[in-house]
Amino acid sequence: MRLLIGFLFALAVAAAVGLGMTQFALTRGTAFGAMTIGAWTAWPKTGTNDIDPYARASIARTGELPIGSGDGVAFFATGDETGRLFDGRCVLVVSGTTPAARFWTVTLYDIDGRLVPNPANRYGFTSQEIVRRADGSFEIVVGPRARPGNWLPTGGIDRYVLVLRLYDTPIGVATRSAREAPMPAVRERSCP
Amino acid sequence: MIRWALWLLGGLLLGGIVHLATVLLLPRTATQDAYTRLAALSPVNKVVPLQAPTPDDAPMPFMDPAFAVAVCRYDLAEGPMKFSVPVSQAYTSVSFYTRNGVAYYAINDRAAGRRIIELDLMTREQRRELPDDEDVTAADRLIVESPSATGLILVRALSPERGLIRMASQALAAAQCRVAQ
Repeated sequence: MRLLIGFLFALAVAAAVGLGMTQFALTRGTAFGAMTIGAWTAWPKTGTNDIDPYARASIARTGELPIGSGDGVAFFATGDETGRLFDGRCVLVVSGTTPAARFWTVTLYDIDGRLVPNPANRYGFTSQEIVRRADGSFEIVVGPRARPGNWLPTGGIDRYVLVLRLYDTPIGVATRSAREAPMPAVRERSCP
Repeated sequence: MIRWALWLLGGLLLGGIVHLATVLLLPRTATQDAYTRLAALSPVNKVVPLQAPTPDDAPMPFMDPAFAVAVCRYDLAEGPMKFSVPVSQAYTSVSFYTRNGVAYYAINDRAAGRRIIELDLMTREQRRELPDDEDVTAADRLIVESPSATGLILVRALSPERGLIRMASQALAAAQCRVAQ
């Protein structure tokens, strides 16, 4: 009897730990091959044959197709540089320059990867649409209310994800440091 | 007490195995992966334009709304495929994915270096069966080896400004994928 109880206990522990770890790894993302620069993180290997088993399982679950490494690289940000998660009711500023690339786009999604409805039907910017300063740098204001200049609406949702995609770029699997890839700074400006 | 600690340890070890097994098996059992989603929208061996993502509806999560996208869901069982697309004015890319969504090859218009991106897609076995002389004479031919018999080709054309999305989709309308011969 004690043997059976012990065995069932071990099985319960195994199921809870095993499935819990899988769930955690697939929803949080893993550190395998991650390249973090400021607030931005990319997984360049996910766009190649060397994709790790976790990323493989993750894309199978969400149904997305990762950007191929011959096409470009995608950087994700879910919070600012201090690690504080984005809040759609606050105003955030993305400013600076981007690494070398023929084109780039920046897009705002909810945490499940859907676009966020807003009256301006503005879901992102391309490198050609963006209004720049004289020195070529730019500033995007991400917030719930309309702003002059580059305004990216959050629709007032709770959590969101910013994705900066570089197309036709030398940045990729071989990139090592932030000096090679100057990513724009992400800072919170005000919060109600 | 020691007996419980041992059971707990055994449970933790088994949990590790459960974890690894579920991660490795998940891609084979997924019912909402990209291939399954696109299978509902596209016939086999034909280029089909994908609807642009909107907040209410999108073929896949995390699609870039600045691009017009078309997909060819291929099956190499009948033989190698020929794929071609004229490049758009801004930026065009062709990405190849296996049945499980692994991006095994991608090329953009600049790397292709021509006005039309032309590729031959085949499995490793089909490539081995190519006559030798054909392989040599076709040195300028771009051959892509697919690790799996089925998969996806994603063609994407950038609309660098909002108003140009129609132009981008028009470039993709001429894309072709068909069984060679």
